Amino acid sequence: MPETYDVTVIGAGVTGAAIARKLSSYKLKTVVVEKECDVSFGVSKANSGIIHGGFHHDFSALKSRLEIRGNILFDQLKEELHFPFKRCGIVVAAFSSDEMRTVEKLYENGIQNGAVGIELCNHDRMLYLEPKLNKDVVGGLFAPGGGIVEPYRLVFSLMESAKKNGVELLTKFKVKSGTLKNDLYTIEAEDGRNIQSRWVINAAGLYCDEISCIFGAEEYTINVRKGEEFLLDKNATAYTSRVVFPVPSKDSKGMLVIPTVEGTTMVGPTATIIDNKEDYSTTKENFKKIFSSARRLVPVVSERDITTSFTGMRPTLEGDDFYIEMSKKKDRFIQVAGIQSPGLTASPAIAEYVKDIMKRNGLELIEKPDYDPNIDKVPRFRNSSKEEIDKLIEENPAYGEIICRCENITEAEIIASIREGHDSLDGIKFYTRARMGRCQGGFCTYKIMKIVCRETGCSMNDITKRGGESWIVNKKIGDFTTGSKS
Amino acid sequence: MKKIEREVLIIGGGSAGMAAAAEIAEKGHSVVIVERESTMGGILNQCIHNGFGLHRFKEELTGPEYAERYVNIINELPIDQYTGMTVTEIDDQKDFKLVYAFSSHEGMVEFKVKAVVLAMGCRERNRGNIGTPGSRPSGVFTAGLAQRLVNIDGLIPGKKCVIVGSGDIGLIMARRLSWVGADVQAVVEIQPYPAGLTRNIVQCLNDFNIPLHLSHIVSKIYGKDRVEGVDITPLIDGIEAPVQTFHIDCDTLLLSVGLVPDNEVSKKAGVIISNQTSGPAVDGNLMTNVEGIFACGNVLHVHDLVDFVTEESIRCGSYVNSYLEGKTKGSQYSVMAGANVRYITPNKFTSDSDNKFYLRSMIVKNQAELVVSLDGREIIRKKQKHVQPSEMISCEIKADLLKSTGLNEKSRLEIGLKS
Repeated sequence: MPETYDVTVIGAGVTGAAIARKLSSYKLKTVVVEKECDVSFGVSKANSGIIHGGFHHDFSALKSRLEIRGNILFDQLKEELHFPFKRCGIVVAAFSSDEMRTVEKLYENGIQNGAVGIELCNHDRMLYLEPKLNKDVVGGLFAPGGGIVEPYRLVFSLMESAKKNGVELLTKFKVKSGTLKNDLYTIEAEDGRNIQSRWVINAAGLYCDEISCIFGAEEYTINVRKGEEFLLDKNATAYTSRVVFPVPSKDSKGMLVIPTVEGTTMVGPTATIIDNKEDYSTTKENFKKIFSSARRLVPVVSERDITTSFTGMRPTLEGDDFYIEMSKKKDRFIQVAGIQSPGLTASPAIAEYVKDIMKRNGLELIEKPDYDPNIDKVPRFRNSSKEEIDKLIEENPAYGEIICRCENITEAEIIASIREGHDSLDGIKFYTRARMGRCQGGFCTYKIMKIVCRETGCSMNDITKRGGESWIVNKKIGDFTTGSKS
Repeated sequence: MKKIEREVLIIGGGSAGMAAAAEIAEKGHSVVIVERESTMGGILNQCIHNGFGLHRFKEELTGPEYAERYVNIINELPIDQYTGMTVTEIDDQKDFKLVYAFSSHEGMVEFKVKAVVLAMGCRERNRGNIGTPGSRPSGVFTAGLAQRLVNIDGLIPGKKCVIVGSGDIGLIMARRLSWVGADVQAVVEIQPYPAGLTRNIVQCLNDFNIPLHLSHIVSKIYGKDRVEGVDITPLIDGIEAPVQTFHIDCDTLLLSVGLVPDNEVSKKAGVIISNQTSGPAVDGNLMTNVEGIFACGNVLHVHDLVDFVTEESIRCGSYVNSYLEGKTKGSQYSVMAGANVRYITPNKFTSDSDNKFYLRSMIVKNQAELVVSLDGREIIRKKQKHVQPSEMISCEIKADLLKSTGLNEKSRLEIGLKS
């Protein structure tokens, strides 16, 4: 007999993870199924990490209300889950009186939405708030409640917390079919695994439309809006003290300059509608576009500082709002689709919203007396003082073994990642930051691979970058017939 | 926290650090080497090919053999060696420096020293640095990482490889991968001339019939999980000619696209980094702008032969000795790269002793001339049989030649290459 659950969440992105954690506080048997080998490996991993300020959309949009509510919840979440988060504030820089008029509209949105502390600024105040801004700035907007997080760390922490409170996670579980019989959904994975569930939450990001179709629920189309971003070195002079937005266009919030919580600078993203959901490629044209746009905001942004680039995908729906509703065609099937920006910001509020929908539709929610919202804090070498490091090493010598020299990541942190289930190279990278610095793994990749082998008992051939066919090495010396090309 | 006091601390136990340490210890000064890996030798340990030591030892050695020679030398001398220990910070207290390092067996250690020698070597430039478009699959390696996997761990990164950049490590790896049975499809070089030594082009590519595409770039990487192929586009007069793009199927892409001195610790200590070399700007004593902090080897500028690293580091050691003995050579005057010179180091000279400079050409030329001028007046003109960017040029200038010329504080030495 397949395992039977009260709730199945499809997708372990920030939305799915936040919902799972919320449900873990109640007496429910919940499972999260994820097609990738780790959580956060879809849309969420390439999120810009901005906790939005509540002024980009007007009050009529659901996403606007959830953004405001989500934003407020982040301080408490950080206390409980220890992911890197900083309320550094957001500025929107206008370079003409036309742009200033749009800024005034944003300000009105913010006031209407209830964005705390939002203000209009003149030229001087803009430069006071962000001295690296282009001196041609006419004026702009300041949202002190805006901030930045490490998006994958947020998702990892949410899922760790959910698991701690009894939620199960099934990775590499790509849903093939979902059938409803006798009030129970049977969900089958491509590899033949089966589970049963009373409720299904469709939080499948880019693939919500396909999942909905598989279950025979509503038909709709997720349009993928692709965004390319560049990451600059920690030493880049471009590092600002606030998130810097341009004045938005109709299609997107524009290409911005983001000072990440970990001290790197991110520039981008672009916004292009694409047909192929798996087209994660970057292009030269967009590279030029991003840098000229970023330099218009912050002139010291330099191509010399690039350490890497990547692509993110935004799952969008016609009308551009979130679609969070009970299915009208299938019982106890909840659509959580079109979660594009500000999805990350809204995620804790989305979780509450989904919980409320379930409650309204008959799910009995009994709080668990032993629910623990806190997870253990893994000490990070790079955030510790000399005295703390000395003590950490005394307690655990693996804190004295630096593996990633660019980001100062120790063996102890890598072991913690593997033990928490993040054992692909990208999983370890997102959990620890190892291989994320300026050498991009040139020095430490083989060391990490050895630790994975030791900790999990796997062989070098089993290690992947991010699951699937993303192997690193697959042969040993002597495996090929040599001398074939002499 | 453990506290240790010595005269000199050397960061890095590779070829540069060991040579400098030996020179300092031979003069009776107390010196400690802090090396982050578990053994001394640095990158030499994975360079198992031959061609090392022709200048220094007048014989042909492999990288590990060259390293071993120096390990034996430093083991004979009273040199403290800490391996598996990483330096995180240099705190300049003027008269002395506090250097903080840690390891799993020692915990945090505070070294109190009079001088520090930076000898951390360099790192490889990577995909982000050259901005190769396309998808981001597994299978893109820097050549040095691939070299490590093959030579130390016996692992093969892939079966069908394309190599970007004709730097020496890339060329050596083309041969190495061929030897272990992988299929090296092509080496792609953006410049119209090879980036590596001529002898490596012959021995590593020509001997294995591996095509070298000069003035070409990898313009796109394909593959969802693992590399599946690359587009290669020629450059015509420096501009991409997309119509002539061709595709190669491969599962591995190796990048040998240059090295960058690794100066994170130096920067934190306030050391000024030269835009030209990406290493510290140093005076004629190989001392940085921070008094008592010296630099040598690949952390100063990227060398093409280890023999030159050793030569420079021995000199560095002797300058440190002079510094400790209060005999540091006096006035330093500025040095500037002249025509067709990409960089020159050191960036200062003295008239109290002979000066040695290393420089790199921006041009490829037979029968070039090296021209040294002081305040606009030519003082040396020397024939160079052949110059190219990949081959470092050394230039010695005797003190007498400089002394006789009446130097003032604005004096400037310029070294250029005439075609």
